[in-house]
Amino acid sequence: MNMEKKAVTGRIFDIQRFSIHDGPGIRTIIFLKGCGLRCKWCCNPESQRPEIQSMKVQGKEKIIGRDVTVQEVMEEIKKDYNYYRRSGGGVTLSGGEALLQPDFAVELLKACQDFGISTAIETAGFASFDVIGRYLPYVDVFLMDIKHMDCKKHEQFTGRPNELILENARKIAEAGADLIIRVPVVPTFNETREEIMDIANFAKTLPGVKELHLLPYHRLGQDKYEGLGRTYDLAELVPPDNVHMSMLAEAAGRSGLQCQIGG
Amino acid sequence: MNKYYDADIVKSPRITKLVDSLFAGKPRIEADRAVLLTESYMQTEKEPIITRRAKAFEHILKYIPIVIREDELIVGSSTIAPRSCQVFPEYSYAWLEQEFETVATRSADPFEISEEAKETLHKVYRYWNGKTTSELASSYMAPEAKQAIDHNIFTPGNYFYNGIGHVTVNYGKVLAIGYEGIIKEAQEALDQLKVSDMDYNKRSRFLEAVILSCQAVVTYAQRYAQLALEEAKRCSDPVRREELAQIAKNCARVPRYGATSFYEACQSFWFIQMLLQVESSGHSISPGRFDQYMYPYYAADLKSGKITREFAQELIDCIWIKLNDLNKVRDAASAEGFAGYSLFQNLIVGGQNAQGMDVTNDLSFMCIEASMHVMLPQPSLSIRIWNGTPHELFVKAAKLTRTGIGLPAYYNDEVIIPSLQNRGLSLEDARDYNIIGCVEPQKSGKTDGWHDAAFFNMCRPLELVFSNGMDKGVQVGAKTGEVEQMESFEEFFGAYQKQMNYLIGLMVNAINAIDVAHGERCPLPFQSSMVEECIGRGKSMQEGGALYNFTGPQGFGIANMADSLYAIKKLVFEEKKITLAEFKKALEMNYGKGVDTALAERITKEVVRSLIEAGRKVTEDEIAEVYKIALESGVSEADRKKYDDLLEAINELPKFGNDIPEVDLFAREVAYTYTKPLETFKNPRGGRYQAGLYPVSANVPLGAQTGATPDGRLAYRPVADGVSPSSGKDTHGPTAAANSVAKLDHYIASNGTLFNQKFHPSALSGVKGLENFVALIRSYFDQKGSHMQFNVISRDTLLDAQKNPEKYKNLVVRVAGYSALFTSLSRSLQEDIIARTEQH
Repeated sequence: MNMEKKAVTGRIFDIQRFSIHDGPGIRTIIFLKGCGLRCKWCCNPESQRPEIQSMKVQGKEKIIGRDVTVQEVMEEIKKDYNYYRRSGGGVTLSGGEALLQPDFAVELLKACQDFGISTAIETAGFASFDVIGRYLPYVDVFLMDIKHMDCKKHEQFTGRPNELILENARKIAEAGADLIIRVPVVPTFNETREEIMDIANFAKTLPGVKELHLLPYHRLGQDKYEGLGRTYDLAELVPPDNVHMSMLAEAAGRSGLQCQIGG
Repeated sequence: MNKYYDADIVKSPRITKLVDSLFAGKPRIEADRAVLLTESYMQTEKEPIITRRAKAFEHILKYIPIVIREDELIVGSSTIAPRSCQVFPEYSYAWLEQEFETVATRSADPFEISEEAKETLHKVYRYWNGKTTSELASSYMAPEAKQAIDHNIFTPGNYFYNGIGHVTVNYGKVLAIGYEGIIKEAQEALDQLKVSDMDYNKRSRFLEAVILSCQAVVTYAQRYAQLALEEAKRCSDPVRREELAQIAKNCARVPRYGATSFYEACQSFWFIQMLLQVESSGHSISPGRFDQYMYPYYAADLKSGKITREFAQELIDCIWIKLNDLNKVRDAASAEGFAGYSLFQNLIVGGQNAQGMDVTNDLSFMCIEASMHVMLPQPSLSIRIWNGTPHELFVKAAKLTRTGIGLPAYYNDEVIIPSLQNRGLSLEDARDYNIIGCVEPQKSGKTDGWHDAAFFNMCRPLELVFSNGMDKGVQVGAKTGEVEQMESFEEFFGAYQKQMNYLIGLMVNAINAIDVAHGERCPLPFQSSMVEECIGRGKSMQEGGALYNFTGPQGFGIANMADSLYAIKKLVFEEKKITLAEFKKALEMNYGKGVDTALAERITKEVVRSLIEAGRKVTEDEIAEVYKIALESGVSEADRKKYDDLLEAINELPKFGNDIPEVDLFAREVAYTYTKPLETFKNPRGGRYQAGLYPVSANVPLGAQTGATPDGRLAYRPVADGVSPSSGKDTHGPTAAANSVAKLDHYIASNGTLFNQKFHPSALSGVKGLENFVALIRSYFDQKGSHMQFNVISRDTLLDAQKNPEKYKNLVVRVAGYSALFTSLSRSLQEDIIARTEQH
């Protein structure tokens, strides 16, 4: 790859090494800033807005977001090359939404593949398929959320309808990509057996999809809302317990997909 | 069929019962050994020391009370009460006598002691005045070395007050030929001597002492055979009666003769292991490659149908329990440094043989299984890893790690083998290494490693640079000039090196004094009978009889020193934000953080002591007044602000442990200030010094003797643990920390390095978690790290962290893909994370 392309910049808000729940093996996650959805339970609220902003962390203002070149990110990624090789891991682009900065993201994914590092993206799938098409050749695993099959409820909790997302899921699958469907299990939103089974049954119809991951809602992002001067709408929400999660996994497993709790 | 039998084996109900009864009572101090030892010594005053040692050992084994505990299959106990200890006045006794009244109630490793035992020991101790190794060592030691010990620069306390231990004898040889075989060998060596040989007198006495000691062990085993027979006669339960009859048969045969079955090999092993710890009080008597020397007996019995896997597992489990039956009382300060009643009996599985082939076998798996069954700290289980290690063994080990017991420790053949070759071991011997105690590699049956010779606090010489070698008004260190006058970082670093070199020299003096004292007063004929070349050379290990001789004192505080020197380089000499004079003041004032009650107490004690030494009487009121002043020692608002700014500036500097090459390579240089000078020294047994970089748990008590350091560490806080980054300074996760630590030179620290990582159990959950964990270790080892061990954070730890957040500032928990500093989370999130420790 030429130096010019390595100089393409993108806006990220974090790089997290030794991530072990976001794709196979030991991974480095690049969190891109800016998201098209506004999920009420979002645990990274500082990721949502595209602009650089300030958030109070443990009493101190912290700048969230920085512009980096592909080359700079690659330097950080390469540090754990050995761990990827030993574990079958690699790099995961997450967010925010990894699909909103295609020029940067695609160059970064290419750079990883050129270096022999496996790639994944975590996405809500809310983008035009033309954009997704640019990613397809450079992504080894898609981790895509299907949050709800009911369009209205989806819009009510995420700010967006789900038609485009479902359509993209199908197109990604039909393009032959390695696709894993993930469902954040959020009480009051989609925690019933029926709602989860609906998603599983849909996922089962996607060609080539074999795995469904149920990610129990957690509250680790809660303090960040305060740090951003926002209120957390789901303050009273209690995470689903193990028994309930097992029941959902068992129910979803009836679709014939391999179901697991957690990523 | 798989090459190995790696499936889980069900735990026998006997094991649960044995563990429960082991912990039914509190550990006790028993006086029998001390009494018998003293009786014998009083009879042998005119004889050579080696003869006296053998006769005392014989006398002890003949008369010490013996017991077969309920349900035991493997017998032999050094004390009547479980988990209890004998005492060893020949090494030192004064501390125990002083602590008689507090030893039962102290917080670290308490022991009960009866009034009767106290009285007996008081009487016995009278004999020992002036006769201990400790007293002789003290009189050998250079005054300036003693002074450095008093000023907490280093502590050689381990062998100053106790036996040496730290050995792996040739267990396989005893299993094969029995003590009769060893007696024969010694007799043949004796027969070849001529009375006119220049060293005949000493050699012959040594060989006679070996023979006498081995005979004593045979007699001791016969006592057990007899006791088992008697108990069998009295036993009404036919199953137990049969078991006791078998025990009697075993003890009649081994360790006198070679073992003819796996069961006999187990019993023989146990007598060796236990009796080594009756002869001497040294800890870290390490079984080593148990899966290797026991395997022939297991394989033969399995093949002939003489034994089932389940019974073999039960026997191994029984041995694991017996390893926890032994105990040792240490003085109060050492008990903190070695907290947890630990005897560090290191037992290692897997790895290569002398020819470089992987020799993992069924027993390697069964040893890991045994630790899962008993869930006890002994043995200190270790695993050797190399590129040829079978994946399934690695995964089995990871499953044990996941239980949170802190075992096994992982060792890298690819570093340790060449590092031992670099110390003069043959390739074959290096490949056949095992681990002693905590992390110290050596070749079994050939080495006297003196692996835990001292702890050297690398932070204290830096303090002495700031004070031109003065500590509490005394010239303890070298004179390196007034720090205010130093004009370049090179000059400052040069002064640090000069302090290091001077103080390392003093440590060597102190250690060698202790070494000589052990040779003169406590040679160990029984132990020496199982280590090459003692019989051939006709002298004990303590006098240089072993083939390989080393001395390995530990340096610790690398991360603090790396970060400190880096802070000085940057802030003083590059950015010129602060002068050395100002830095000195900031350190003296503990960065304006004043004093806590503990420090105020310490200051008060110092002041009162100096007043008393000056001949002045001090009243209660005056003490209270001093305490009050100490507690309120004033720092002005302006100064406080200045110190806060300095701490902030230090805080913003890059720190060791975050995969930043500039800082990490700096740490490598800092480690060399300890490891390189040390390897130039020799010990009295004809061997060399080699450095280790690990602190056991001494980083906490010894940190409590260390003032504020330029890395922003406040006075009396713990220093960094082993080669691990400073507490809370590694903020980029385990891979970054591992990459940093791997940049140190692990080859030169051939007495071992210790790298600790902490995980939330969910990081190891499921097959995927285990696989990633294994990959993490493999990757660190690819980069030539030498050792890694893990604390999987338990629910109890997290609960404690909720209560005492200041102690757990660096506790990172990774849950569901997120990592967070535990103590920074809200209460409800903490509760969630605690709840998640229950998942696997």
